[in-house]
Amino acid sequence: MSTPDRSDAAAPPAPPAPDRRALDGRDLALLAVGLAIALAPHALRAPAWLSLLTLALIGWRALAVTRPALLPKSVPLLAIAAAGMLGVWLEYRAIFGRTPGVMLLVMFSGLKALESRNQRDAAALVFLTWFLAITNFLYTQSIPTALGMLAAVAASVTALVVLAAPRRALRAGLRTAGVLLAQAVPAALMLFLLFPRVQGPLWGLPQDAYTAMTGLSDSMSPGSLSQLTLSDAIAFRVDFQGELPPRRTLYWRGPVLWDFDGRTWRPGAPMPTELPQPRNGAKVEYSVLLEPHNRHWLFALESAALLPPRSRYLEDGQIVTLAPIRARMRYDMVSRVEADPAPENDRRFLRRALRLPEGFNPRARALAEGWSRSGASDAQVLERAIEYFGRERLQYTTEPRLLGRDSVDEFLFETREGFCEHFSSAFVFLMRAAGVPARVVTGYQGGDLNPVDQRFTVRQSDAHAWAEVFLAARGWTRIDPTALSVPRRLDEGLARAISTADALPLLLRPEMAWLRSVRYNWEALTHQWNLLVLGYNPERQRELMSWFGMRDAGWLELASTLLAVLGGFMLALAAWMLLRLARPDPVQAAWSRFCRKLGAQGVPRAPHEGPRDYAERAARDLPWARDPIERIAALYIALRYGGSRSSESVMRLRRMVRELSFG
Amino acid sequence: MPLRMSSPFAGRLSGVEPAARGAIVIPQRRVYILPSRLGLLFGGALLILLMGSINYMLSLGFALTFLLAGAGLAGMVQTTRNLARLAVHAGRAAPAFAGERALFRLGLANGAAFDRPEILLRHVASGAECRIDVAAGESAEAGLAIPALRRGWQPLGRVMLETRFPLGLFRAWTFVEPACRCLVYPRPEHAPLPPPVPSQQAGGGRAHAQGSDDFSGLRAYQLTDSPRHVAWKSVARSDTRHARSDTRHARGDTQYARSGDMLTKQFAGEAVAELWLLLGDLPASLGLEARLSRLTGWVLAAERSGAHYGLRLPGTEIAPGRGEQHRGACLQALALYRARA
Repeated sequence: MSTPDRSDAAAPPAPPAPDRRALDGRDLALLAVGLAIALAPHALRAPAWLSLLTLALIGWRALAVTRPALLPKSVPLLAIAAAGMLGVWLEYRAIFGRTPGVMLLVMFSGLKALESRNQRDAAALVFLTWFLAITNFLYTQSIPTALGMLAAVAASVTALVVLAAPRRALRAGLRTAGVLLAQAVPAALMLFLLFPRVQGPLWGLPQDAYTAMTGLSDSMSPGSLSQLTLSDAIAFRVDFQGELPPRRTLYWRGPVLWDFDGRTWRPGAPMPTELPQPRNGAKVEYSVLLEPHNRHWLFALESAALLPPRSRYLEDGQIVTLAPIRARMRYDMVSRVEADPAPENDRRFLRRALRLPEGFNPRARALAEGWSRSGASDAQVLERAIEYFGRERLQYTTEPRLLGRDSVDEFLFETREGFCEHFSSAFVFLMRAAGVPARVVTGYQGGDLNPVDQRFTVRQSDAHAWAEVFLAARGWTRIDPTALSVPRRLDEGLARAISTADALPLLLRPEMAWLRSVRYNWEALTHQWNLLVLGYNPERQRELMSWFGMRDAGWLELASTLLAVLGGFMLALAAWMLLRLARPDPVQAAWSRFCRKLGAQGVPRAPHEGPRDYAERAARDLPWARDPIERIAALYIALRYGGSRSSESVMRLRRMVRELSFG
Repeated sequence: MPLRMSSPFAGRLSGVEPAARGAIVIPQRRVYILPSRLGLLFGGALLILLMGSINYMLSLGFALTFLLAGAGLAGMVQTTRNLARLAVHAGRAAPAFAGERALFRLGLANGAAFDRPEILLRHVASGAECRIDVAAGESAEAGLAIPALRRGWQPLGRVMLETRFPLGLFRAWTFVEPACRCLVYPRPEHAPLPPPVPSQQAGGGRAHAQGSDDFSGLRAYQLTDSPRHVAWKSVARSDTRHARSDTRHARGDTQYARSGDMLTKQFAGEAVAELWLLLGDLPASLGLEARLSRLTGWVLAAERSGAHYGLRLPGTEIAPGRGEQHRGACLQALALYRARA
């Protein structure tokens, strides 16, 4: 018996409760990495003072790692929080709403980082990192953003692992986090595909939720379209079944504008009606993947012959959805290009198509009245107008000079340069002044084929405006005044139609061919991403289920499928990780076999005997097998108690035991 | 206090077949698991992320939420794995005095190819805790300092093993009751030693008659000591209160060595005092436990004084002697004398 060692017997200092443990530099560095990645895109969007404030708060916490006295008390923290909230309010005049809310989250994450002292704070910081990461997707869901936020999540999960085992080496923590995330991927995939999706939104969204979306607006004034065409953003993508129709026929019809106040064109008030079937024209079948634009319009080639589900056809030929399009939407369409217009019986609208504001553009009015004075028919007036636009050599430019009050007059007689909104606006004005019913139609014209994935892409830079004129014999007839003046616009697109001095989107410039091919590849990838990942919605989910033979799967079917699949995966994972443990160690198994073999020779191992003693005794009792017995025992001891084991030496041990014979 | 084990000790722990030594291998079915407080908060956070994703129709929001959910699920399995099939070996517990803490040692052997970090052992009855890491394929030793309550054999009792690794979102736990006991000596009472018993009573011919002038050390003063042998100088020095009769045992036990504050000089040639410590000498009115406590105090004091001492309890007699072994035998006899269970 030995003396009880009193220093040993004294109560060990109670370790702090796990969530009270103070954070060290390593914990904070990992937390900061995750937070910084999630914050970076927000910081670029935020006002400079807010980004700098957040950065300063995080930097302050970094300095306090070595000088804990620098950590602030709660009063200065509250003061900073109040000042920051005031700043956000001054910046946005709101605290709620999407952008101010995100900005507050950015600032609070900096404050939380500054006041983080223990593990409980660290967990809060990890949660904040995730919230910041997901709010990035409100602005963009591109592949780079996805990869960035994946990195943020990986860093924060690593931080959690390191926090849970503070004494462990960082390398081991990284490995554990990697394994966890790798095991999370299949479960995440199952949840992504099978979690019953409901169509959002669940509650009212803030007013500013969709300001980031670009696209045509419901009004047109000088400069509005030319601004839009400077954007390379994609409006929609098209998959044509069969041959691509000729480029000059590709008029993607959008909003129709009726009312003119001298400067701005606005929509009328058309009622829903039956879709008239075009009588002739070449049939084109295609599907459209429309980027969200927060408006109701669907775009289709003229003339539409099919109405997508949950949409309506309006009297003036627009196709609109019931709810604004706030998520990427895919619809199938059939059109007949170059069809004759549908005969129009209802003349109610014609009065509206003749209305003009009094006292604007006197010179243009005089010109138009000159065309119609001699009692010419509408068709003759139109002919004169077409001739006029062909003759006048008006310039086509994306950077027209600013126009004053009489915008049509100034365009036609003074600046003589303009973009499609100037051409269409002037043309419709002239026609109405001459007594011919006319209206402005906006949409897109043309597009380009991605040679990589053979998909047709229509960009905002393809935005266009043209005119429709009502002729009693034909109905509403499309006239493109821009094409009358600049015929190349239709066949070769914007890039060739305008003079080279003008600003063009970089990638539309002809000398950037190689860059274009990079873009084609990138866009082909992005298209798949949009289609498969971002476009996965309740509808796609139903399609997937019917592909597995489950027709019209409701949420109950989805939930039970998800439970079955996910449960199966969890069982498999648990079995793989846990049952493997029950398998005996191969070294121990080989040793047991060795003991059994020696036991059969009459030298069983006594329970108290260690491997060395046993091998010595066995070698003494079985001298003819002395050599292999000693070598097996030595190898076993080295493998069992030595620092490392290689798979070759384990194999060697097993082979030696197998080959041990006493014959 | 986690102790990394050197390999010879590891060999002693796990070199024998586990079953032979009564090792407990925690079956996976006995590992219970529930979300921790952090896990519940995690669930709440996921719900918020999910609602946001639905409301704003964020496909990548769903992806991020589900990735985190998947990580949580995988973490749950890993937390269970951190305890499953862990082998718990009962280690030795050094004897302790009642009223102090007994250090129970438990060996944890990890036969798996992965680390098992952050395993918390908590003694259910006393709440004593120890947190250790067990690396892949290795063993580690945990020490639980548990209050020694009553003399006799004290079993360890139930120990809870708990872990929250790797994410802290789940708490897995299990209970083991290793066959592990600690000898608890009676609580020593600090009392002056009884006078030496005349030598003929205890093994007659042991009177030593050698020179009596080589100073060999100091021991506690006893009433029978000659005043000439009292170390008056040290009495005068109020700060030197330490008996140095045997420096090896002086350590923390000084309180037993005091008697008044007087010390007696011991000489090498002096006839070694032979003490008999008898339960019967103490008044029965004190009660058994108090008498055993006093005897325990006497054994410690006698050992320190360098005397030969013997112990006689009803039914047990330990012949006079000295040294670690002898002291241990005496204390054990006192600990187990009519001990319950």
